Amino acid sequence: MIEARGLARTFTGKHGTVEAVRGVDLSVASGEVVGFLGPNGAGKTTTLRMLTTLLAPTAGTATVAGRDLRADPAGVRRRIGYVAQGGGTDPSVPAREELELQARLYGVTGADARIDELARRLELDGDGLLRRPSAAMSGGQRRRLDIALGLVHRPPLLFLDEPTTGLDPQSRGNLWEHIRRLRDRDGTTVFLTTHYLDEADALCDRILIIDQGQIVAEGSPAELKRRVSGDVVTVELGASGASPAQVADRARTALAGHPAVREAVVLNGSLRLTVDDGERSLMGLIRALDEAGVELAALRMARPTLDDVFLTVTGRSLRDAA
Amino acid sequence: MEAAVEAAAGRDGLVRTLRDTRLIFLRYVRQALRNKVGVVFGLVQPLLYLVLFGPLLSKVGGVQGAGGGNTWRAFVPGILVQLALFGAGFVGFGLIADLRSGVVERLRVTPVSRLALLLGRVLRDTLMLVVQAVMLLAASVALGLRAPLWGIVVGLVFVALLALSIASLSYVLAMVTRVEDAFAPLLSTVTLPLMLLSGIILPMSMAPGWLDAVSRFTPFRYVVDAARAAFRGDFSSAPVLEGAGVTVALAVVSVALGAHRFRKENA
Repeated sequence: MIEARGLARTFTGKHGTVEAVRGVDLSVASGEVVGFLGPNGAGKTTTLRMLTTLLAPTAGTATVAGRDLRADPAGVRRRIGYVAQGGGTDPSVPAREELELQARLYGVTGADARIDELARRLELDGDGLLRRPSAAMSGGQRRRLDIALGLVHRPPLLFLDEPTTGLDPQSRGNLWEHIRRLRDRDGTTVFLTTHYLDEADALCDRILIIDQGQIVAEGSPAELKRRVSGDVVTVELGASGASPAQVADRARTALAGHPAVREAVVLNGSLRLTVDDGERSLMGLIRALDEAGVELAALRMARPTLDDVFLTVTGRSLRDAA
Repeated sequence: MEAAVEAAAGRDGLVRTLRDTRLIFLRYVRQALRNKVGVVFGLVQPLLYLVLFGPLLSKVGGVQGAGGGNTWRAFVPGILVQLALFGAGFVGFGLIADLRSGVVERLRVTPVSRLALLLGRVLRDTLMLVVQAVMLLAASVALGLRAPLWGIVVGLVFVALLALSIASLSYVLAMVTRVEDAFAPLLSTVTLPLMLLSGIILPMSMAPGWLDAVSRFTPFRYVVDAARAAFRGDFSSAPVLEGAGVTVALAVVSVALGAHRFRKENA
């Protein structure tokens, strides 16, 4: 459904050149829900804007929904839906008018029936809701209206830019349900960006991790987590006497040779260890630290999360990067 | 064969542009109708000029070129041009609001004709301005304007073309600046000298030589002079022909600039 090679975009502004996206290769198969995960400023939106014809790439090629991005942007537009991060409705225009205009611009036949169908499916059919302007809707309703606008012409491919940013937890869960149904019922391919790990985890068949304009890892959530083999043990160090950095260093040296430890990183004054079979090796780790005279403040063990994946791949925490 | 395909594509493109222009036009007409107060308030300032300043001019009487007996004939065309300049000048704010709400981007992802996104808006603005101008003319007649009907109609055509040009240019400026904070000062910096140099209040024929010369470089001067001549009924006079030439040229250049900007990617 999407096939991109070496897609890049450079912005030239007052403050010099910024390489927002530097050579992105990606393939999305029909019927997949693919998440583009990365911190703010990683190049997610820029890539999305290129794939949706809003921004010309400075380099690279792409086929989107069977049409060449450069040679036939109009063909791409007819076959895709796009929901921007901030939505795209005039706050004063009644929702139904927005949907009607959108349907006419796409040349949808039977527009009224299609709008009613979408309203039913996206729970926008209650209580004269479509007669209201988007300013008089809740955040969740407005978001579903944005999605309805993107779906009016039954596109085989839908792009969602940060679909749940700013929504309350309940609306998020509800929106996830709707996105899953899009794929399950209509076979719509969904390409979404997010900087929420739980969202990528809950929603996506496959995740592409982007950082500083490049894709640094990809796979299903389970595959990616498997890359962080073992469990993650975080050791918070007591800081009596020596400086925290010295203590952390001493702790790392003490554990580097331990057979269960695969990786040891110092992060924000605590030590993050990737260990095999965490539950069993924990006692040995504590003993080794004790022997090295390192004081412990707290100890945590967790199964790997996507944040750990991000950390492993980029050396930074997604939360810090965002 | 290829030529035939291209011709068919061209015809489809034209049909699509016309159809989309109509859709965009109707969207923004509905928006204007939701905001009738705005249409009326746009008229307040020119009406104030008419009521509070117009009577002063009739005292000045036969000022040069003011059209002899009926000073309203010289004054009203100026006020109409002022209405076009300020009324259509401000339409860019609407585009900035649409840029901010994401409407522009949403429409650009659809296969809508890029030219229609401009023309639909600009035609709505022109229609609104003509409605306001007719209301202003009715008020002027009530106050004492006497002019041949055809003269008034020709004057209205000038004002409509002017509004079309100014609205296009206003959208170009709004696209370039993208935020109100930059657009507003730029707009007033551009419109004020244009208004003063066009001889809206008093004919430029009264100006000292240097000022008259400078004003000849601004297009509105010709439009005002042409509308005045039309109100006097001199349809074939030099000012009307000059004015027609300048107005049409201005409209072509402005719409071309606007079309270029709207077609440009990431605009």
